[in-house]
Amino acid sequence: MKPFRKLSAAAAPLPMINVDTDVIIPKQFLRTIKRSGLGKSAFFDIRYNEDGSEKPDFILNKPAYRNAEILITGANFGCGSSREHAPWALLDFGIRCVIAPSYSDIFYNNCFKNGILPVVLPQAQIDELTKEAEENPGAPIEVDLEKQVVTRGNKFSFPFEIDEFRKHCLMNGLDEIGLTLEKKTFIENFEKKQKEQKSWL
Amino acid sequence: MKPRTLFEKIWDEHVVHRTDDGTCVLYIDRHLVHEVTSPQAFEGLRMARRKVRRPEATLAVADHNVPTYDRSLPIKEEESRIQIETLSKNCAEFGITLFDMKDKRQGIVHIIGPEQGFTQPGMTIVCGDSHTSTHGAFGALAFGIGTSEVEHVLATQTLIQKPAKTMRITVDGKLSPGVTAKDMILAIIGKIGTAGGTGYVIEYAGEAVRNLSMAGRMTMCNMSIEGGARAGMIAPDETTFKYIKGRPMAPKNDNWDKAVAYWRSLKSDDGAKYDVEVNLKAEEIPPLVTWGTTPEDIVPITGSVPSPADFADPNKKKSVERMLEYMALTPGTKMQDIVIDKVFIGSCTNARIEDLREVAKIVEGKKVAGTVEAMIVPGSGLVKIQAEEEGLDKIFKESGFDWREPGCSMCLGMNSDQLKPGERCASTSNRNFEGRQGRGGRTHLMSPAMAAAAAIKGKLTDVREL
Repeated sequence: MKPFRKLSAAAAPLPMINVDTDVIIPKQFLRTIKRSGLGKSAFFDIRYNEDGSEKPDFILNKPAYRNAEILITGANFGCGSSREHAPWALLDFGIRCVIAPSYSDIFYNNCFKNGILPVVLPQAQIDELTKEAEENPGAPIEVDLEKQVVTRGNKFSFPFEIDEFRKHCLMNGLDEIGLTLEKKTFIENFEKKQKEQKSWL
Repeated sequence: MKPRTLFEKIWDEHVVHRTDDGTCVLYIDRHLVHEVTSPQAFEGLRMARRKVRRPEATLAVADHNVPTYDRSLPIKEEESRIQIETLSKNCAEFGITLFDMKDKRQGIVHIIGPEQGFTQPGMTIVCGDSHTSTHGAFGALAFGIGTSEVEHVLATQTLIQKPAKTMRITVDGKLSPGVTAKDMILAIIGKIGTAGGTGYVIEYAGEAVRNLSMAGRMTMCNMSIEGGARAGMIAPDETTFKYIKGRPMAPKNDNWDKAVAYWRSLKSDDGAKYDVEVNLKAEEIPPLVTWGTTPEDIVPITGSVPSPADFADPNKKKSVERMLEYMALTPGTKMQDIVIDKVFIGSCTNARIEDLREVAKIVEGKKVAGTVEAMIVPGSGLVKIQAEEEGLDKIFKESGFDWREPGCSMCLGMNSDQLKPGERCASTSNRNFEGRQGRGGRTHLMSPAMAAAAAIKGKLTDVREL
């Protein structure tokens, strides 16, 4: 996993609430057995017309936002299905950071496993960021994970909260399985005890 | 000792290791695997030369992508075929039990777990699927995970987690005739909202919940995720034990007695504190249908399509405008005047034998409206066999329903069972998202009884008046 420390990049505003994972990556793309290659299909139904041509109004189709690495969006982003294809698709498109007032639990978790930082900010600050990204298309926004702050030059600086363990893993690109396997003895002891106490399991 | 909730009891029983910040390594008792969210996890194991820690605690089935037409025919879509074959290869390589497409026990992952007795009270159960919350109906802590976590569980039989907050939803009183578990959970989601349960584990309680069969309890817990909660749970009781007893993977003999003795302790202590309490009265819940593209957008079947002006929050107002356009609905239209094209009876929410019996009761001797295409997809091969033994398939076929092979089918339309653009569907599934059942398709969620009534009338219908 690629570590996430600091990002200075264009931000695309997608001011919609309840953007579900079916919208982020529709079902027909879940037939893949790989993690890569989903970027071109991200937001498929709202990004392309039936004939496969791009919808010019969709934010990520507009020239100034095509290379956006930050997505600014509405509450409950990533709700619905647990498909990790959603963060895979965002990452493959080039999105490294999502900023929203809230996320679904599973999507939020899945982001951290893929080097994507999901930032939570209050709606009022999201509104300011959205306005900024709309008025100055392509102007970079800075996200600093170590300092836990989103800034735009000296226009604003919004601090955010994040779980320490998740921050540590994301900043160092750590493999969680490797970390857990270091606790193998604890797992073995647990299994031994469980076998004695709950013989039916 | 401080009084504990059911969630806290199960959590505490499964903590393998806890760090000072509260991050836990949590032991996972059972892992369900399906073809869509597992290939990359197995590939990850191979790349790192890791094994599956407890293959016997893992059960795999192909469900999302399987065709529901004649199983003796080859799968038409090449990618689907490859994905299903990949699951078979992975299970063979890593020593995992698989119910493949030819197995009569094959079915939707959340239907077969309980059906086999694989799902039991007090367990931690995960699956790479958000509707894993279903298994909480047995008093288990069950939740959906992503593919990276699937790989983590395969390799370590644990997950790294922090405890959730707790919410108790109590539904007192008795449900009125024509009102079901599906209406109850839709009413709850309408009340708390699609993100109301985010960060929480919900425990359902109260007389109306207690009176439900296991099928009804599974329907409720299944849709916890539509209210944002990763897990929903119901304390196990005699109904639970009776359901499990004698199932192929259930505890036997001495172990059965030991298990039941433990299971009886799995209820929240008197005085246990929840972070949030929500209360509903069963008598006040009517048959419900959704009008929009999130499961919180509910309205009584006797009601009308709302207007953006009915909503105060500007973001919701904007979203309502978009939803009405997508759903091609005009504010003020009576729900019962909405004409449908298709009916889908199935999914991990409502494809159990009890659901099919409900449908049969309503459609027996009646015909599906000439303008409607209606399909019934049983939740598993065993549900299908049971239904056929009871003669339900004859009732369905004589009414004009298409009787299919088991799978997820049109709930998510990964196979060829899809809505066409603009088609409107009365569906017993769990999600009415844009494009969920097919690009441009319009979904109204409801109970099996209500979907059956809609099939007969050709429009959304109050089952109580049929």
